Amino acid sequence: MTMLPPPSPKKLGLVIDLDICVGCHACAVACKEWNDGGEFGPLPDENPYGAEPLGVWFNRVHSYEVEPTEKDKPAMTVHFPRSCLHCETPDCVTVCPTGASYKRAEDGIVLVDEDKCIGCKLCSWACPYGAREYSEVRGVMQKCTLCVDRIYNESFEEIDRQPACVMACPTRARHFGDLGDADSAVSKLVAERGGYDLMPEMGYKPVNKYLPPRPRRDGCGSAPKPVQDEKVDFSTASPLLRWIDKVLSR
Amino acid sequence: MSGCGYGLLFLLGLVLAIDATLVARSEALLTLAVGAIFVIAGLLSSTLHLGQPQRAWRAFSQWRSSWLSREGVASVASFAPMLALAWCLWRGADESLLRGLGALLAVLATITVVCTAGIYTSLKTIAAWHNRFVLPGYLLMGLLGGAVWLLCLNSPHLIHVVKSVQPKFTLIDMRLEEPLAIGVVLFAVACCVLKYFYWRHIDTATPTSTPESATGLGRFGTVRSVEAPHTEENYLTHEMGFALARKHGKRLRQIALILIGVIPILLAIATMCVPVSWGALCAIAAAIAVTAGLFVERWLFFAQAKHVVMLYYGGTRPDRA
Repeated sequence: MTMLPPPSPKKLGLVIDLDICVGCHACAVACKEWNDGGEFGPLPDENPYGAEPLGVWFNRVHSYEVEPTEKDKPAMTVHFPRSCLHCETPDCVTVCPTGASYKRAEDGIVLVDEDKCIGCKLCSWACPYGAREYSEVRGVMQKCTLCVDRIYNESFEEIDRQPACVMACPTRARHFGDLGDADSAVSKLVAERGGYDLMPEMGYKPVNKYLPPRPRRDGCGSAPKPVQDEKVDFSTASPLLRWIDKVLSR
Repeated sequence: MSGCGYGLLFLLGLVLAIDATLVARSEALLTLAVGAIFVIAGLLSSTLHLGQPQRAWRAFSQWRSSWLSREGVASVASFAPMLALAWCLWRGADESLLRGLGALLAVLATITVVCTAGIYTSLKTIAAWHNRFVLPGYLLMGLLGGAVWLLCLNSPHLIHVVKSVQPKFTLIDMRLEEPLAIGVVLFAVACCVLKYFYWRHIDTATPTSTPESATGLGRFGTVRSVEAPHTEENYLTHEMGFALARKHGKRLRQIALILIGVIPILLAIATMCVPVSWGALCAIAAAIAVTAGLFVERWLFFAQAKHVVMLYYGGTRPDRA
């Protein structure tokens, strides 16, 4: 059913800290590995060992340079993981003609039922975040499941019931939790660090939040002193040095 | 493709609804058949685009939220009055029944085209589609395509040829020819004016989203992509970063305006002035020109639609621009 369910109190999602992400792609690789063998896999690639491999990844890590508006301030590099934001009011769900795309009423996870998907690709056109990728090999749309086959998996230790990307992150830049609960650790983190939505103007109300980079330690990103010609006063130096200066300055 | 078909079916339905004696039954049957062929060809080609076409029947289920599903339902529903009309025209039903079915066909053809436009206008991610010019564009271009094909099918010479092959075909009086030619001129002018304003809009509209809003990093300055997440293409850069036609956008727009504007206007006027046999030729040429023009216009409609997801990839990649 592609009608959106009434807003759920539970809103599972991710909080991604752009301050400490180092752009190592471990989240993307761990995601691909887990989901290739998980309940929603496989994620086959076309031409995997050829010159131009092409295949579905649920997670993509971009790197951006942010040029400050004030002159003479250094640019900032930000690594930016991009995946499904499990929006509260996503059009990728409502445009689906078959009911394959749906938002779970109980926890807000957006999923694709690959047995119903006809591969019309319209949902990928409706998503501004590029969260959905079409599998040419399987003929259906695939997307981040928030590792729904991990987070409720009772055969796992409690500590392992988290999305693969969160488990893999070596800098702990990714956090998983209930963003509908104001007292959850992730909600507190968002409140404390000023977590924000991507493209709020689209009106899809993303559940996932991004934490902005902190002000830089070296004077909040202010410019280091520009390198100038050093002026050395030779008048007080020894006669030998004065002579060397005079010779070399010719 | 199916736009021409629905335009044709709409006009046929309208004519039948106004006065079922305006068109001969055999001629109406021919028009119905051509319209159906256009519609079926359009539907089949879009079904073949699917990754899992054997599950296409599922697409009729989500009409409450999805314009694509609504389009599917409406297009299939419009086959009911089409088949009923065909049966009535074949067996010879009374005039009031023909009028009713004609009106129903016209309504369902319009609904189908409105739903098709809805698929595109509902996508907030593509500014070139999410605007007020797109729905009237679909309706007008359907009308133009329909009118020019109806003019073609209605041309006395063509009917004469068909009659020589199939003597049962009844020759009719040509009361429709002139209004249709005038209709083609009006629709073509309207299409060109609308396209002009549409193109001006998509060229000048300020984008709602930017790399800064996409990443949320605008507070720190201007955002520039320094490294893509992948060295090869992916589905997104293939599907949404397709920029081949953008290079020749200006030239293609001129070609489209000539094919859906200048040529049909001149030829439609010509059909009213030249001898009957030449008129048929003019009508056929106009229909071919408009159909080709609609293909060019569709190509541009897709090619010039920039998807906001490309903001994450630093806009269009220069080597494909």
